[in-house]
Amino acid sequence: MACFIVPAAEAAAITIVRRIAESRHYKKYSVTKVSTETVPVKENGILYKTRWLTNLLWGGSALLAFEHVWHGEVQPWFPFLTAMRDSESTSVMLHEMATNGIGMAALVTGVWIGMLAVNHIQQKKSIQEVQ
Amino acid sequence: MTLLIAVTAAVISTVIWYTKGNNYRVSTLCWMFWGASLMWLVDAVSEYIELCDEYFTPVPADMLNDAFLGVSVVVFALVIWLIDLLVHDPKGIFCKKVSVSGTKGVTENV
Repeated sequence: MACFIVPAAEAAAITIVRRIAESRHYKKYSVTKVSTETVPVKENGILYKTRWLTNLLWGGSALLAFEHVWHGEVQPWFPFLTAMRDSESTSVMLHEMATNGIGMAALVTGVWIGMLAVNHIQQKKSIQEVQ
Repeated sequence: MTLLIAVTAAVISTVIWYTKGNNYRVSTLCWMFWGASLMWLVDAVSEYIELCDEYFTPVPADMLNDAFLGVSVVVFALVIWLIDLLVHDPKGIFCKKVSVSGTKGVTENV
C-alpha cells in the first residue's frame, strides 16, 4: 500500500547526513588550507560508500512508487495515498509499512553491509599482494 | 512476474556494466533494478507466507497484468536512465549538439 515510503525515508535521511558530512569535510580542508584545491571525499571511505546504499534505496523506491501508481494506491492530490481515506485502510497501510516496508529497508541495508564486507576483503587481499 | 522481469533486467544491466564499463552511466540502471528486485523479493516472501502453495499458481489474468507492469517498470527505469544520461552527458555529445544548433541559429539571424 505504501511500503516504499520506509526505504525512501531511509534514503532521504542518509542523503541528508551524507551531504552534511561532505560539506563539513570540504569546509575542514579549505579552512586549514592543506591544499589550494578542495580535498575530495575518499573513494574507499565509508562516506563515499553510503552512495551505494542511497542509490539502491532511491532506485528501488522510485520503481516501487511507479508500481503503486499503477495499482492506484498513490494519487496526485491530497492525501496522496488512497489508504488514508478511512481509518481501517490506514491501519492496514501502517501494518504493511511496519512489516514489508521495514523488511525492505533492512534487506537492502543488509545487502549493502555484505557489499562493504566483500569490498573490505578485496582491498585487504590487494594490499597483501602488493606487499 | 514483476520480480522475475526486474531481476532479469538487473542481471542484463549488470552484465552490460561489467563488459562495456560505465561510459553511459549504466550503473544507474543497475542500482535501480537491484534495489527494486530486493524490495519486491520482500513483497514476494510476505505474499508466499500468506498464500503458501497458491503463490506459485497465479490466475493467468493476474500474471498478464504483472508482466505488463514489469515491462512498464523497465521502460520507466530506461526513461529515468536516459534523463540522467542527458543531464550528466559524460561524452559531451548533447552539450555539443545544443551549442552547434544554437550557433547556427545565431549565424542565421545575423
